[in-house]
Amino acid sequence: MSMRDTKRRINRWFEERLALDAIRQFVAHKTVPLHSATPWYYFGGVTLFLFVLQVLTGVLLLLYYRPTPSEAYESVQFIMTRVQFGWLVRSVHSWSANLMILSAFIHMFSVVFLHAYRKPRELTWLSGVVLLGLAMGFGFSGYLLPWNTVSYFATKVGTDMAASVPWIGPPLARFLRGGEEVGGATLTRFFGFHVAVLPGLATLLLILHLLLVQKLGISSPPKVEAEYGRKGTSIPQMPFFPNFFLRELMAWYAALGVLGSLAAIFPWELGDKADPFASAPAGIRPEWYFLAPFYTLKLLPSHVGFIEGELLGLLGFAVLVLGWVSLPFWGTNKQGIDRMHLVKGVAFALLAYLLTFSLLGYYR
Amino acid sequence: MPQERRTLLRWLLGGGFTASVLSFLYPAIKFMDPPSVPEAATNEVSAGTVQSLKPNSGKIVKFGSRPALLIRVNETEWRAFSAICTHLNCTVQFQDSTRQIWCACHNGYYDLNGKVVSGPPPRPLEEYSVHIRGEDVVITRRV
Amino acid sequence: MTRLGRYWIAVFLFGLLFPLRLEAKDSCVECHSALEGSLLTPTQAFSADVHQHRGFGCADCHGGDSSLDNPDAAMSPKRGFLGKIKRTEVPKLCARCHSDASLIHKFRPQQRVDQYAQYQTSVHGKRIAAGDASAANCVDCHSVHDIREVKDSRSPVHPLRLPETCARCHADPAHMAKYKLPTSQFEDYRKSVHWEALAQRGDLSAPSCASCHGNHGATPPQVSSVAAVCGTCHALVEDLYSKSPHQPVFAGMGLAGCVVCHGNHAVLRPSDALLAGPNAVCSQCHDESSAGGMAGAEMARGIAGLQAALKRSDDLLGVAKRSGMEVSEAFLRLQEGRESLIKARVAVHNFQIAFVNKPVSEGLTIASETHHAGEAAMRERRFRRVGLAFSLLTIAATIAGLSLAVRSLESKSQGAKPSHS
Repeated sequence: MSMRDTKRRINRWFEERLALDAIRQFVAHKTVPLHSATPWYYFGGVTLFLFVLQVLTGVLLLLYYRPTPSEAYESVQFIMTRVQFGWLVRSVHSWSANLMILSAFIHMFSVVFLHAYRKPRELTWLSGVVLLGLAMGFGFSGYLLPWNTVSYFATKVGTDMAASVPWIGPPLARFLRGGEEVGGATLTRFFGFHVAVLPGLATLLLILHLLLVQKLGISSPPKVEAEYGRKGTSIPQMPFFPNFFLRELMAWYAALGVLGSLAAIFPWELGDKADPFASAPAGIRPEWYFLAPFYTLKLLPSHVGFIEGELLGLLGFAVLVLGWVSLPFWGTNKQGIDRMHLVKGVAFALLAYLLTFSLLGYYR
Repeated sequence: MPQERRTLLRWLLGGGFTASVLSFLYPAIKFMDPPSVPEAATNEVSAGTVQSLKPNSGKIVKFGSRPALLIRVNETEWRAFSAICTHLNCTVQFQDSTRQIWCACHNGYYDLNGKVVSGPPPRPLEEYSVHIRGEDVVITRRV
Repeated sequence: MTRLGRYWIAVFLFGLLFPLRLEAKDSCVECHSALEGSLLTPTQAFSADVHQHRGFGCADCHGGDSSLDNPDAAMSPKRGFLGKIKRTEVPKLCARCHSDASLIHKFRPQQRVDQYAQYQTSVHGKRIAAGDASAANCVDCHSVHDIREVKDSRSPVHPLRLPETCARCHADPAHMAKYKLPTSQFEDYRKSVHWEALAQRGDLSAPSCASCHGNHGATPPQVSSVAAVCGTCHALVEDLYSKSPHQPVFAGMGLAGCVVCHGNHAVLRPSDALLAGPNAVCSQCHDESSAGGMAGAEMARGIAGLQAALKRSDDLLGVAKRSGMEVSEAFLRLQEGRESLIKARVAVHNFQIAFVNKPVSEGLTIASETHHAGEAAMRERRFRRVGLAFSLLTIAATIAGLSLAVRSLESKSQGAKPSHS
């Protein structure tokens, strides 16, 4: 029997049990709008790719990591020094975490600037924002796991900030820390969040997010819609498979090249083992994706009128987040006209704030 | 597309792809193979065999990243302490003539419980547990 | 139980709540706390005094009868009143109790009672006995009326405050003029590593005046016993020195061992510059070409060589660490190398080349070991970069292949690129 016959028989076996043909039809017809902003469409896929990479390197790290205060640091040191290519797996995992969050931010802002949140894609936007929150949760929980000085104190600062939320703050902080202080209980919890809870939630949301994208197709920016509307022709499309996907693969490979270079030339440092009784080192600060809110809170005076400064800051962030999450709902008015300038203005302002304050937080 | 170009493409893509996948899989597979020292030893250290130390003698052993002092008091009794003097961090030694632990730097003395007997050390030496497993002497940190 | 019985039990239990200390009446304090100036201050200070805490009162030292209110009666010489104690009489007065073993041991069984005996052997004691009122007595060091335990950091004889206390007289040129004694000791001492340990690091075991001179029996150590005095802490060094050729020579010359090179009060942090170079102490006696001079030079070379080798390893490991290699174990081994360097410098005090060469060669072994570890780390670094280059090549090839595939795909059918859905 020839190769082709074997292939056909295997295909038919699966076809009788799974709706392979339907999937194949769908994929063959999936297209991507072609216009000057098309390159921005890559970032969703890059984020997904980096997430898969995180899962793979994370599983490998699980083979050696031990989540207790007396062994966590040593197990990471073991991975970095004794395990073959341990340095590579760990550094890729740490760098890729940052790249994934960066890519997620770029993806989110490109969605805003290209107005892809509009009806009927509100749910896609919501699931996406939640996914970004989960990604930052991954970052926050994973950061503690090496149990070095920076991780310990960054977690302390972070959970202290959570505690200052009114009403739910202290019980929330206790839930996060597994107690009153950051300690072994915190490490256990964060490990559980990082390898079980968050991956589970992220997988569910990812499936929803991706299914929605498949169902609703990829949106085109209003300007392009208007342009082709005037011409009376439909927007040029590129087949997803294989054209767009091959290009996407190039982006993924480029990301791999960047990660490999970072891991080999700038390996992620081990630091010193956390000593809860030592005082926090000067200039302790969280990872870059938390820098903007961190620096803002630092700047706020202790009291503004009769309200505590930190409280005001947290309220401000809450308003900001709620506003941002509800973007699709105020981004279009009741008549269905898009408030494009308003949205662009708000997005630009937010981006400027995040960039400026992150830089300030880094250098101050 | 001309045949040569198609072949080049096939080689480049196929070859490059295969090579790249191999270059990713090779470290991953090597990673999964545990190293010869399968544990990160910081809470427990094997300090040689029972025969390696005579009664009323001591030796310095590496414990994690710090030196430890293993003392065989007599045929059956063993003690182990952190070998870092609590005065100015010199490495202490066992003095068989006085049956005490001595620090050469400023003449500090500790007894066999790690307590300071004389000299400048301000604090006692941290004591570790010693267990004999068959022929091996094992030092563990007291939790 | 009868009603009366219960009543008395109640009174007894109630009374336990208020431990009634039948305090002895002290008319001294009663009157003097109403006075002014130097007659008042002792009563204010006394509450801090360790004697007051043990139940002693004014009359226990000053005599008289503190149960009487009438000042003439209370302060009558017939009742043993001594008034203000003369400076030269103070030691004997304190010794009345403090040399009485059975008395003192009621309060502290292990307390020494030989302070007065020691004091009488000291220069201070001898001068006081000769009637010199400006020599130090008990009160000058321990204070009076607010005497605190030595371990109390407010006591003038607490280790951290002792040097200032001695300096009150010994650094005062006016006071020391009649004894023709120098007054530079305190200033010198404050330049020393011992003072640095005491004052800056708070190491209470660091030596101050009393550690070498004694406290009650304060006498400068004899020239011949200086090395032994230093040797109470620097035991190993003293042992080496006493077995060295310098010991009999210095003893014969009447020179005080350690002091010849290291000084007595201004004991500075020693460096290899003591051994070789323009300020070397060896050259004070030894010609460059003499056996001693050459031995010293060789020792200095060995130590300098070891230090350089250790630095080379340290630098290489530093480069490896900064490029992300894990070299913490090698750094630990290097630490042992530094210990060899210390041992070599200590070994100098035996003043024989062979003795110095041993730790030097041990240290050089460690330096070479760690250097090899650094080279291995750099090789691993190179391996990683080569591996990276290879994988980047495969990645580039794949990207190129993909790009070609895309291009061929889209040039194949002209309509394929801009398709209209």
